[in-house]
Amino acid sequence: MQFTFFHLMPYRPLDMAERHKHRAAWVVLPNNLYDPKKGADEYQSYIDQLVYSEKLDFDVIAVNEHHQTAYGMMPAPNLIAANLIARTSKAKIAILGRALPLVNNPINIAEEFAMLDNLSRGRIITGFVRGIGNEYHATGINPFFSHERYQEAHDLIVRAWTKPGPFPFEGEHYNFRYVNCWPRPYQQPHPPIWIPSQGSSETIKWAAAPERKYPFLVTFSARDLVARYLNLYREQAKQYGYEASPDQLGWASPVYVADTDERARKEAKAGVETLFNDFLATPFQMLLPPGYMSLSSMKNTIRMRKALGAQRRLTADELIENGTVVVGSPRTVREEISRLRDATGAGKLVTMLQFGVLSDELTRRNMEMFASEVMPHLRN
Amino acid sequence: MPGTETRHKVRDVSVRMLRGGSGPPVVFLHGANGLPQWLPFFELLAATCDLRIPEHPGYGTSDNPPWVRNVGDLAMYYLDFLDGLGSDKVHLIGQSLGGWTAAEVAVRNCARIASLTLLAPAGIRVKGELCGDNFIWDAEESVRNLYYDQKIADQMLAMPVSDEQADIMLGNRFTTTKLGWEPRWYNPSLERWLHRITVPTLVIWGENDKLFPVSYARRWGELVPNCRVEIVPQCGHVPAIEKPDLTAKKILELIGRS
Repeated sequence: MQFTFFHLMPYRPLDMAERHKHRAAWVVLPNNLYDPKKGADEYQSYIDQLVYSEKLDFDVIAVNEHHQTAYGMMPAPNLIAANLIARTSKAKIAILGRALPLVNNPINIAEEFAMLDNLSRGRIITGFVRGIGNEYHATGINPFFSHERYQEAHDLIVRAWTKPGPFPFEGEHYNFRYVNCWPRPYQQPHPPIWIPSQGSSETIKWAAAPERKYPFLVTFSARDLVARYLNLYREQAKQYGYEASPDQLGWASPVYVADTDERARKEAKAGVETLFNDFLATPFQMLLPPGYMSLSSMKNTIRMRKALGAQRRLTADELIENGTVVVGSPRTVREEISRLRDATGAGKLVTMLQFGVLSDELTRRNMEMFASEVMPHLRN
Repeated sequence: MPGTETRHKVRDVSVRMLRGGSGPPVVFLHGANGLPQWLPFFELLAATCDLRIPEHPGYGTSDNPPWVRNVGDLAMYYLDFLDGLGSDKVHLIGQSLGGWTAAEVAVRNCARIASLTLLAPAGIRVKGELCGDNFIWDAEESVRNLYYDQKIADQMLAMPVSDEQADIMLGNRFTTTKLGWEPRWYNPSLERWLHRITVPTLVIWGENDKLFPVSYARRWGELVPNCRVEIVPQCGHVPAIEKPDLTAKKILELIGRS
């Protein structure tokens, strides 16, 4: 398996009592709850963790983009990636991702990724996402056109990387007389594109198409859903007439390892529960604005949520039981990961070893134990 | 007597339409929540008018043509619609999103319009006077924030919603998002062209509107040449539901049927 060390960079000093006076830790959470001195310390800790993961032999180190939120302090992930390029030498650096529909000029994304690819001499992996629903409140971009803008921006960026410029681009949302990407990407024909997603049949069908074969990563979902979506991708690939390789399949999950199950559960509890209940939890109107997903998917989602009943705090135990997070002794974690790997044929695991309010000290121990007790056993 | 339900076709687009009463032709353009039931307010108009209430393309069971991408497209559709009614002129009324649409129709061409009534219309923006964010409100807030009298909201919230109605409401939300999300509830060009509205115009606004503040009413009054502004006390965003008698009376006065 290929292992990625992924970071969200949550703002841990958040006053949780204050946070719950607001709809969410996103968009409407007053930014006077952010203390720049504490924030600067957070950045330093997190970047140190990302750099350290290379020394621990992770294949990929990864960052991502979210806006106006304490959930993740990386509205501009490329800035972190640039810093990581300077401080590392062999690990791939993944930006998972940039949210394409949120920008009015996707050529900027093509240019910035191309720059990073040159600076790193081809160590960049790109992620193309739509951003979660909250991002459409934060940016004002109309979620009804999210899918359209994503497709168009994708086509524009890939063409900017691969087609001799200058050339014109004529779309519905994006129109440019001159597309001429200076610099061109270092990797040829272009840096890898990964598709992190909560899973939708439309996205799977698109990502698996033979002309793309983009690696598909199911993010933060219960193990049954991870298995279902990854197998859907494999099925789709078969229908296209090929066998999906392990490289095309992966999932992302918070992971915590300690010497015993009991200790792992105890140490991970606060981190897991704050991640899902305090940082991520978002009202329906914000998380899924109309048009963000298709009408039929939205109908299903609403019915499912209705069946689940009123929203309440999730416990670490139930998130462990359903496999949304992987927590336990090295043996438990190895078994859990290899079971899902064997059930799906997945070859990529994107681990989040710092999550919620998990401290620097526990994060470091978690990283070291995962790297020494889990990773070597699951390598090919 | 409740109106009758018909289908109405303009070019290749078929929409659902309620119709009732006889007299001078009146067309009512509904707001973002979609085609309401036959309201007491409609009954008051239908007593002396020939009232038509089309369900916008993209709402309810009307067709959803992909070329309706903004309110300007919807306005062009309604210019075709008015041309095809067989009447010389109609009295045009619009609520909120429908008011915005009616104003977009009128700045393009008033030839088919006898009078214009705008009930708390969207469509313009008054800097410094932020409209309510009904895309972030939850389901209950979205009802409560429309009414001054919370007893009306209580009744609406107590009404059972079938799966079929829930699906229609969700589809309506999709179209509303397409039309109103960005820029939020207005067209930056519209206010530059409101001087082109040459017909007698009535703007009615609830004093306690939480979606579009009542200060917007004064701005409409300044921009539309032949315009009277009525502010309704103790009333939220939907005067036609909250104050049907007063709203109908003012409209019938404008139409000359009082």
